[in-house]
Amino acid sequence: MVRTMKKMFTELKTVQLLEELGRFTLFVIDILRWSFRRPLRPRLFVHHLDHIGVGSIPIILLSGMATGMIMSLQMINVLAFYNSDAFAGAGVGITLARELAPIMTALMLIGKNGSAMTAELGSMRMSEQIDAMETMSVSPIQYLVVPRVWAATLAFPVLTAMANVVGVVGSYIVSVMFRNVDSAAFQHYLFSLVDPNDIFAGLIKATVMGFMVGVISCYFGYHVSGGAKAVGDSATRSVVVSSVSILLADYLMATVLLQVLP
Amino acid sequence: MKEDIILEVRNLKKSFKGQVILNGVNVSFPRKKITAIFGQSGTGKSVLMKNLIGILDPDEGEILIDGQDVVRMSRDDKRKIRRRLGYLFQDAALFDSMNVGENIAFPLVEVLNMKDKTRIRRRISELLDWVQLPGIESKMPSELSGGMRKRVGLARSLASEPEILLFDEPTTGLDPILSDNVHKLIERVNAELGMTCIVITHDIAGSFGMADKIAFLHEGQVLAQGTPESMRGVEHPVLQRFFEFSFASKDSAAVRGEVNE
Repeated sequence: MVRTMKKMFTELKTVQLLEELGRFTLFVIDILRWSFRRPLRPRLFVHHLDHIGVGSIPIILLSGMATGMIMSLQMINVLAFYNSDAFAGAGVGITLARELAPIMTALMLIGKNGSAMTAELGSMRMSEQIDAMETMSVSPIQYLVVPRVWAATLAFPVLTAMANVVGVVGSYIVSVMFRNVDSAAFQHYLFSLVDPNDIFAGLIKATVMGFMVGVISCYFGYHVSGGAKAVGDSATRSVVVSSVSILLADYLMATVLLQVLP
Repeated sequence: MKEDIILEVRNLKKSFKGQVILNGVNVSFPRKKITAIFGQSGTGKSVLMKNLIGILDPDEGEILIDGQDVVRMSRDDKRKIRRRLGYLFQDAALFDSMNVGENIAFPLVEVLNMKDKTRIRRRISELLDWVQLPGIESKMPSELSGGMRKRVGLARSLASEPEILLFDEPTTGLDPILSDNVHKLIERVNAELGMTCIVITHDIAGSFGMADKIAFLHEGQVLAQGTPESMRGVEHPVLQRFFEFSFASKDSAAVRGEVNE
């Protein structure tokens, strides 16, 4: 009896998961379908780009700088054993460009903007504002979701590039000014070992992650049902699913990009 | 003479997770008249409205607008035909990130494709004057009272110039004086703008004074429909209880048959 119930419960969970995946796929198709239909509403896109992109510059600069400084500090300690502390800049540059800058930017923006997008759309759903838009024959996907998703897709790589630059500056400050690494050697190894492919690979990842975070955050907000607690729960789920998804996607993309852009 | 019907619902069925909400609704709405649908809470009034406006898709049945079945239309065609309908939500559903002026401008810009800012401003001002709330363009929805929100919601619904305007429990949460004002406003919408009005309500006394036609929804079906006078003769225990509670204590004109005469 207990075993039968457990089996039924597992089957029910599987059906629910498949239902959710199906709904998510249709949501993505809807976003792509509405992205290229008129009216295009560039003003809304710019508004969200300002909110997600420009509004996040201080926090990305701060976290990028801190990451570069901390990594240098740790790397110099290890490299000093082999008298190779001048390689710290190159090490930080490559790690930031390929992995840390895109991941760190994505995680910061999930916390700052992803959860806000979910909560905003969720509260619009609860107060029937999304339904109101629908009754006026205005597609809420086109008006509310599309500009947010594409703004995130563009903002993520731009902010990642900024994080790269300030991370290396942070590394330079710690290495040259605090740990007496030779400035010329630092720059020489940085520019000779960090390849443009490293930077491209990171920016491609950031673009994909921006799209993913935009879609996941909007999906959870758009499909809220229940009360005020449901909005909070959805924001939490959106942060968890976005974070886990970008980490998984990062591993998959790293595997592919190491072959394509070695 | 045959009644001029603008909107007709035939055998409409809708269930949620096995629970039947609408179980074969048949009702028609005459053109340029006020029709009130009333029933107890939880009888499927709002679900019926959401099916009419296209927020929900029915499981079975037909919704005919001027003889065209909306249910079987493509999504794009549905979107186009839906422009003929307006909907005033129970809580007005104003966009809380926009001020009153921007809320009313939304359908002007997005539905009617108006671009001239001076024309848009003038139209917003006209609509606010019409709902007797002049000069509140810059107020945010959070600064408005319940009655004001409803009137701004009405102004926004009127902005897209629909042929049919649906009201979802427009007097819920309002005091009797404000409720009466809202009923008068619905009558004005019908008389001055010539719109077909469909009102769902459980305020039977109010709807008797205002509606040309009344439909009684009970347990997912329309049990009776007709003029307010004809509804008095319907022998249904729930309907009779409604009359008892709504009119008995008031000695109202409606119970004596003096309304709409």
